[in-house]
Amino acid sequence: MHGLLRRGLRVIGVALRGAPRPFAVGVGGAALFAVATVAASLVLGWVTDEVLLPQFEAGETDAAALTLAALVIIGVGLVKATGVLGRRLGAYLAQFQLQAMYRQRVTRQYLRLPLRWHRRHPTGELLSNANADVESAFFVAAPLPMAMGASILLVLTAGLLVVTDPALAAIGFSVGPLLIFANWFYQRRMRYAATVAQQARADVSEVAHESFDGALVVKTMGREQAEAERFRGISEDLRDKMIRVGRLRAFFDPVIEALPNIAILLVLFVGAYRVRAGALTPGDLVLFAYLFRLVALPMRVFGWLLGELPRAVVGWDRVSRVLDETGEMVYGRAPAEGEGGAATQLDEVRFRHPAPERGDLAGPDATTPRHRTAAAGSGPRAGGSAVATADRDGGSSHGHDGPPADETDQQRRGIESVSFDVPAGRTIALVGATGSGKSTVASLLVRLFDPDHGSITFDGRELSELDRDQLAANVAIVFQEAFLFDDTVRDNITLGLDLPDADVEAAARLAQAHGFITELEHGYDTPVGERGATLSGGQRQRIALARAIVRKPRLLVLDDATSAVDPSVESDILRGLADSDLPSTVIVVAYRKGSIALADEVVFLREGQVAARGSHEQLLEEEPSYADLVTAYERDAAERDAMAAGQDTRGIGP
Amino acid sequence: MSTSTASPATHDPVPSEGAWRTVVRGISLSPELRVGLPVTILLALLATAGRAIVPIAVQMTIDDGLQGGVGVDVQTVLSIVAFASVAVLLTAVCSGAMNYRLAAVVETALSSLRVRAFRHIHDLSMLHQASQQRGGLVSRVTSDIDEVSRFMQWAGLNLITAVGQLTIATVVMFVYSWRLTLIVLAVFVPFVIGARWFQKRLTRAYLIVRERIGRLLGVVAETVVGAPVVKAYGIEPRTQDRLDHAIGEHRRAAVRAGGLSSIFSATGEVFGAVATAAAVVGGVMLGVDDQVTPGMVLAFLFLIALFIEPVLVAAEVINEGQNAVAGWRRVLDVLDVEPDVEDPGDDGVELPDEPIGIRFDHVSFRYPKPGESAREASGPIVLDDVDVAIEPRTKVAVVGETGSGKTTFAKLLTRLMDPVDGRVLLAGTPVDQVRFDSLRARVVMVPQDGALFDGTIGDNVRMGRPDASDHDLQLAFLELGLSDWLEELPQHLDTRTGERGGSLSAGERQLVALARAYVANPDLLVLDEATSAVDPATELRLQRALAGLTSGRTTVTIAHRLSTAETADEVLVFDGGRLVQRGAHDDLVAQGGVYGRLHTSWTRGVGRDG
Repeated sequence: MHGLLRRGLRVIGVALRGAPRPFAVGVGGAALFAVATVAASLVLGWVTDEVLLPQFEAGETDAAALTLAALVIIGVGLVKATGVLGRRLGAYLAQFQLQAMYRQRVTRQYLRLPLRWHRRHPTGELLSNANADVESAFFVAAPLPMAMGASILLVLTAGLLVVTDPALAAIGFSVGPLLIFANWFYQRRMRYAATVAQQARADVSEVAHESFDGALVVKTMGREQAEAERFRGISEDLRDKMIRVGRLRAFFDPVIEALPNIAILLVLFVGAYRVRAGALTPGDLVLFAYLFRLVALPMRVFGWLLGELPRAVVGWDRVSRVLDETGEMVYGRAPAEGEGGAATQLDEVRFRHPAPERGDLAGPDATTPRHRTAAAGSGPRAGGSAVATADRDGGSSHGHDGPPADETDQQRRGIESVSFDVPAGRTIALVGATGSGKSTVASLLVRLFDPDHGSITFDGRELSELDRDQLAANVAIVFQEAFLFDDTVRDNITLGLDLPDADVEAAARLAQAHGFITELEHGYDTPVGERGATLSGGQRQRIALARAIVRKPRLLVLDDATSAVDPSVESDILRGLADSDLPSTVIVVAYRKGSIALADEVVFLREGQVAARGSHEQLLEEEPSYADLVTAYERDAAERDAMAAGQDTRGIGP
Repeated sequence: MSTSTASPATHDPVPSEGAWRTVVRGISLSPELRVGLPVTILLALLATAGRAIVPIAVQMTIDDGLQGGVGVDVQTVLSIVAFASVAVLLTAVCSGAMNYRLAAVVETALSSLRVRAFRHIHDLSMLHQASQQRGGLVSRVTSDIDEVSRFMQWAGLNLITAVGQLTIATVVMFVYSWRLTLIVLAVFVPFVIGARWFQKRLTRAYLIVRERIGRLLGVVAETVVGAPVVKAYGIEPRTQDRLDHAIGEHRRAAVRAGGLSSIFSATGEVFGAVATAAAVVGGVMLGVDDQVTPGMVLAFLFLIALFIEPVLVAAEVINEGQNAVAGWRRVLDVLDVEPDVEDPGDDGVELPDEPIGIRFDHVSFRYPKPGESAREASGPIVLDDVDVAIEPRTKVAVVGETGSGKTTFAKLLTRLMDPVDGRVLLAGTPVDQVRFDSLRARVVMVPQDGALFDGTIGDNVRMGRPDASDHDLQLAFLELGLSDWLEELPQHLDTRTGERGGSLSAGERQLVALARAYVANPDLLVLDEATSAVDPATELRLQRALAGLTSGRTTVTIAHRLSTAETADEVLVFDGGRLVQRGAHDDLVAQGGVYGRLHTSWTRGVGRDG
């Protein structure tokens, strides 16, 4: 008995406990079916001996006996049909109940686990956890009632056979161990072949996804044929692996089917001797042959069930890995309410982003080098699944492959030791080069992560002491990557809060979004499509901003939240925020000088530390690297002015 | 403006053609499926014949071995059993061979269909690709085809054996007694009629299931991708409600379809019992007249089981097959879409070997409404009678607000789309007459987001010129003033870019894209300037690389920045689909108008005036 079977039995246990009632219906139906099936064979034996043969011998029909025989056969058939109905319905009910239940559990876990955990897992992996993994874990529910019914059938049949003729039964059952051995052998070979094929399937999907995603490049570089060749390579790899799977099945299926037939023939042969010896009537022999056909059925069902087990175990392992995750954020009960903007402070805060984990799902095979396109010019390939975790945090994502690159990333991303305080009601600009840790600070301020070291306070209280709902209600962040739900504009702003239209509109005005929203077909009730696909990037950002503003947060964090908005609109927004009666302390991550200049103060980050702090003018004078960074546009323009001036005499602009 | 996200396919849950027609169309498009088909069918029939062996052996044993003479004729029984055993083994071999052939043929045919669909999707215009959701396109070459493959092997096998078994059971029954056979067949007539009714309802039920699973996946994806927003705004309860709703909806639909199919199976059992009873009664009545022997009636009871099984299997195959047929139909439908921007191929000409000038000859463009082909597009006008000529080797900046038509201008220029009216000429040649290999070699577009593939930086740059050596690539970086950046990277050219270039910053992705365009060495360069903010140091590098890249080439830049327009030889200003102004930056500023407005907006935001 090897590990796979034990783990498979555990999944079956989970399934049975998860949907006891549907299984009761299913197993009841299967039992009824089994009993009725055996009864049907008894009836046939009885009909043969008591109705058929006598009447044949007598040479005349006995209407009463015939009618009775027909009624009994049909009656048993009806019971059998009821059994089939119960068995199948129960199996479906169980399967879908389990799927729904575990989908709910998995997605609840997604909602519960911290963002830190989310960062480690590619979107595609989480999607398939909730979808394909749950599904394959509980496919096993489908043959389960039938298998349990079949075991009843097996026991009943075996009992009947033994009672009728023990010697003959023993001969017949010698086929059992053979079947079990064949099955075991098949399972072992099949598991490997199927796993390898499944991986090839994932590769095909990755290449297709990446290639269609980069369709513009493929087209403009005229690479259609090269891409098709790359895809052909990987598709044919899948084909070969699937053919290997097919060959295994081609070998196994006939063996499973032939073994019981051989057994029946053996029984016939030995049975003939027994009939001659007077130990058996011909009717008994017919019954025997019929019963043996029935034994073949449970054998096939068990094969079926065992065939589902590897898949169920793989699926269940992946599902339970998610369900077993702990480490959700613990919240305190302290209130975060108060008057006006909140003061906030970071004290020696250190944070490193977790490295992403490649889902190690394929069992024994996952460590073998995956199909790579080595040949020059055949192009690179996809490494992960669908929607990237990239850019959720303005470039703090990491490659999946190549440990050295990760190392460097690790050192570049995150923050080392950051301390600064923001007095209530002030507007602070966070400035720094890519990778200096601005976005990390922004996320820490609203407690999307907890720092590895150091403390962050909100109105003098540790963030971790604050009540969950209070924190959400009083602190808001807007990301560069504006995420909209497949919902209306209004619902994307309120996110389910019951807010008066006037408030929603006021927030939209402040975010400079009211104008374009009213021009949409249904105004605030226009559906924005999947991820807000019907809107431009700047429009999405402004709706996301309105979403934050409408909550009147005491701390508002804008993480490069207006990058896709026209510069003039951006400064309108910031100026509007400053002039409004929002009770907010504002922290804004910005690049553009016009926006930075609107802040009361600038905190300048370099390599994960605060390099300088002060007013914009002050830093320009005192901090050369700051000046370098924010005046780069101007210097560039000046350089080009100089070049242009050298080339011709035409002067350019101020 | 982006077009609607809903694809026409999702609007249309009712199949446009019958399942049978789809299968016929599919088979005619995959001739590989017919390879060796006669042999496979022959093997299938032989394999199926094996199933009749045991009932026949039982009949012969009872009639000849037990009842035939006085007592039991062991010798006869032995030869019957020996003969039957050999037959069982032979048919098992046939069955294995058939399974294997079927798997090989189906996988081979579908792999080539997969590649063909993949290639075809790349041949479709941007317009068509944009109207479909990415996931939908991917699923056509993955899960849709997987579904067909799984179905064909499971169902193909079952259908062939079912038909074979049905045929053989019927033939053997007829041989035994045609009267008894007719009785049995008569019982099944109402069943076949009922099956059609069930099938219609099941088709609809499964379509609903497929739709709901799609919606469920959408909500889960939203939850996962939007996790930062969900957490930051504390909207877990609301999100969970949405999830629970989608999960519940799917479950209800699935249970409904499952229930229908359960009822159907149960009905089949009832008909089986009625047929058995009919055979017993009919058998006795005929037997009394010496039309049949008791062994025959007994064999009939086995044969009826053999007869019902394939009928139920076939019905189930047809029911469950709705899923696969729908998948097949999606693949075939994609192949049916004529690419509306077509490569003239060998009929086409090469671009003349000279610097490329551009001419738009009264060009207009509209997006098609759903269901319209690109040529008869009647959507709102996006580009309205644009008539402009650009000299070779000039640097042109195209400016305008979102929706002004500037991006459409670039797409028509690179023939990602064709105009509805008018002509686009490159170097005096109508662009739709230029062979794609010539066009793509001489005209290169650099899209807004670097659009990198997972692989190394070297792999990505080499896409511009597949035969370039590492040395060529390094030289390219050097000439673009980017070698210091490349040297800073941990593994230089071999640095991995990550999924969609995610290991690099937005600016760095753009650098790689510029190097890629540089090694391609085009004569006409079309740049869609990146809007997302990058830090100023990277910005400077970008500017330097751009200067190197554009030098000596005709360059059209969709400009989102003032600095780009300032340094262009000429600026084209679009507004509401029309070309409203053109000229040098300074002249246009002096003119005011749309450009003046844009200029004011830019300068205010960047803070240069203050």
